[in-house]
Amino acid sequence: MTISIQPTNNPPEKLQPKGWLKYFSFSLDHKVIGLQYLVCGFLFYLIGGVLAGAIRIELTSPLSDFMPREVYNQVLTLHGTIMIFLWIVPVVNGAFGNYLIPFYVGARDMAFPRLNAVAFWLIPPAGLMLITSYFINGAAQSGWTAYPPLSITTPAAGQIIWILSVLLLGGSSIFGGINFIATILKLRRPGLKLMQLPMYCWAMLGTSILVVLSTPVLAGTLILLSFDIVAHTGFFNPSLGGNVVVYQHLFWFYSHPAVYIMVLPAFGLVSEILPVHSRKPLFGYTTMVFSIMGIVVLGLVVWAHHMFTSGTPPWMRLFFTIATAFIAVPTGIKFFNWVATLWGGKISLNAAMLFSCGFIVNFVLGGITGVALAQVPFDVHVHDTYFVVAHFHYIVYGGSVFVIFSSIYHWFPKFTGRMLNENLGRFHFIITFIGFNLCFAPQHWLGLNGMPRRVAEYDPQFQLVNQISSVGALIMALSTLPFLWNIFQSFFYGIKAGNNPWHALTPEWLTTSPPPVENWEGEAPLVLEPYGYGKKEPIEIIKTEEE
Amino acid sequence: MSAIVTLVTSVMLGIGGVWAAYNVNMLPVSASTNAPVYDELFRVLFIIGSILFIGMTALVIYSLFHFRRRPGETGDGIDLEGNISLEIFWTAVPAIVVLFVGLYSYDIYDRMGGMQSLSSHNHENHMESNAERLWGGIGSGPIETSSIDQSSSLPIELTAMQFAFIFHYPKGDIISGELHVPVGKEVSLKMESKDVIHAFWVPQFRLKQDVIPGQPTILNFTPTKSGNFPIICAELCGPYHGGMRSNVIVDEQEDFDIWFNQNAKETISSL
Repeated sequence: MTISIQPTNNPPEKLQPKGWLKYFSFSLDHKVIGLQYLVCGFLFYLIGGVLAGAIRIELTSPLSDFMPREVYNQVLTLHGTIMIFLWIVPVVNGAFGNYLIPFYVGARDMAFPRLNAVAFWLIPPAGLMLITSYFINGAAQSGWTAYPPLSITTPAAGQIIWILSVLLLGGSSIFGGINFIATILKLRRPGLKLMQLPMYCWAMLGTSILVVLSTPVLAGTLILLSFDIVAHTGFFNPSLGGNVVVYQHLFWFYSHPAVYIMVLPAFGLVSEILPVHSRKPLFGYTTMVFSIMGIVVLGLVVWAHHMFTSGTPPWMRLFFTIATAFIAVPTGIKFFNWVATLWGGKISLNAAMLFSCGFIVNFVLGGITGVALAQVPFDVHVHDTYFVVAHFHYIVYGGSVFVIFSSIYHWFPKFTGRMLNENLGRFHFIITFIGFNLCFAPQHWLGLNGMPRRVAEYDPQFQLVNQISSVGALIMALSTLPFLWNIFQSFFYGIKAGNNPWHALTPEWLTTSPPPVENWEGEAPLVLEPYGYGKKEPIEIIKTEEE
Repeated sequence: MSAIVTLVTSVMLGIGGVWAAYNVNMLPVSASTNAPVYDELFRVLFIIGSILFIGMTALVIYSLFHFRRRPGETGDGIDLEGNISLEIFWTAVPAIVVLFVGLYSYDIYDRMGGMQSLSSHNHENHMESNAERLWGGIGSGPIETSSIDQSSSLPIELTAMQFAFIFHYPKGDIISGELHVPVGKEVSLKMESKDVIHAFWVPQFRLKQDVIPGQPTILNFTPTKSGNFPIICAELCGPYHGGMRSNVIVDEQEDFDIWFNQNAKETISSL
């Protein structure tokens, strides 16, 4: 246990590049790795966003006229894969997890710094491979779900590169998961109990358990699929006696927990941000911990709700309906607790706060449509339609991506030592919120009325609503510009943040901004009450505006 | 004061949600026995969802407005770390809502005929070899073809392929690219795919079932309205997935008989 207090021998200082070069090196510093994840993920987000734009342009007219049909299927496959595996999963886990978890447990680095660097450096080659596959004979075109036999019959090169890329990204995710579990359980500063940890640690512990339990199943499944493609085995090939439904069970055994791998860390980040900006303790700490663990357990036994129309027996449909609907209970507890955290606070309406509250509103809607979709009789009509597209974008964009933006506004001062411009940030929130809802809310109606997902052409009666949706997508795309401008401008000219501009009580704020290589000059502080707001003498909030 | 305004606004929005559920047309025409039952479920889910969504949103907006930091104000909010009764309350409320929704949708599922194959037929079916096993979609009857009542339901075989639906009527040996069915008669579709996974979806029937290669599935439904409705492939099946469409033509019995006799290989007096 003492290793967490003593300065470590790693990394050897002379081997680590100084200055900006370290961000392009095999750095072992968890903060550098965290920012590598964040910036790399954001670049992939921009690429995934361009692909989303291409989809929305294609759908402004009922005919397939913007790009060839094969290309459209490649674009939607790449969009899904990039956004999930190269943007949200690496950023909510890898970026913020690596940056924050060692601070929160009072450690100088992650448990396995080299494994950590390896986990990050698997991502850029995997992502580049995936994108370049488009230029080599075309990318995969069977959707991010890669259901056989379509994935076996489409051009093999793109599909195989897709499988290799997802295997690398899955490996990276597993390495990260092992590292987080070890760090949270074994590197805690002496005197710090599990139930005193900031909530993000619990979210990452739960998420990492899901990663370690379910990602290997995806890896195994994709390896079998690649055998079917390359060696013409018959695991999932019906013409050789294989069973296509078995693939779906194996795939969703990972890919449903993957939703929690994308949102549980976001839940954790929101739990850090709301108390700081409302100056109140996190409401119901203990129930929050138990609800995270409840979501982890239930999240592992709900996968077949993605397969209600696949030819699943009635008893199986019923079991998965009930299990899925009950996830609403622990999730509901978390949302009520967040609102109770706001209640009676002294709320600063800054960009971090607005994005977190936007997350609450969006995610509640996504959660409600989720409970509806869990009901078999409801699902058999809207399954594989734009209703589902709307639902999961409310979860992963309205949920996770809003939280990523909120977190960037919250932790940018710690990352760089400078404040972001709050007015630009609020403007960014408003247009993102409007654009997002304009883009995805109408898609519920499209799905209910008969527009299936993953199509390049549709009934002319859906044109107007699709065009509204595309306008929303355009606003979302434009909303990135003030954000990027804010980042560049503030990085060089933003006002100096000082060590703790938000007067927050969690440990990462009790060091310099940006923090030194091993996090603290002296001994790591022991923070027993990370949410002890309202207990101490009133503290003055410093002005963060340029006035 | 602002609390009252928020409360009144959200109650009015809630009433608006209930009104919308009954008066705004959010679903296509209902054209099968399945559809009205589905629409009833949709209405209930929509009302519960609207109340929850508007309530939560109102709480967030009210908190942001009422507890905002005023200019010049310093200090923290109240030191309130939790409340056991509140936690029990908001664990119980979603649990009860979810339980109600679950039981209610079970009832709907049962009324749609989804539970029929939980009978003893199902058990025997598990004993059969994989190739022989049929899996039913919602609204499916007994899942063994032999036990489908030939006199009351119209058996049709659907073969899906990239990128077409082919219907075969065993009685009369008709092959058609469009599905012709009479009003008010149960249709029993036995479906299998030649190549990749497709899905048979008729939005107006509120029914969807994947069409799977190597794994026949069955879907029973009873049309209630004559007309021409789209059959849509809902599972990504290749480049022309978006164009993989057909039509179901629901006719009055007499018109259907005329079509049937014109196309049948051998004349059958009545179906």
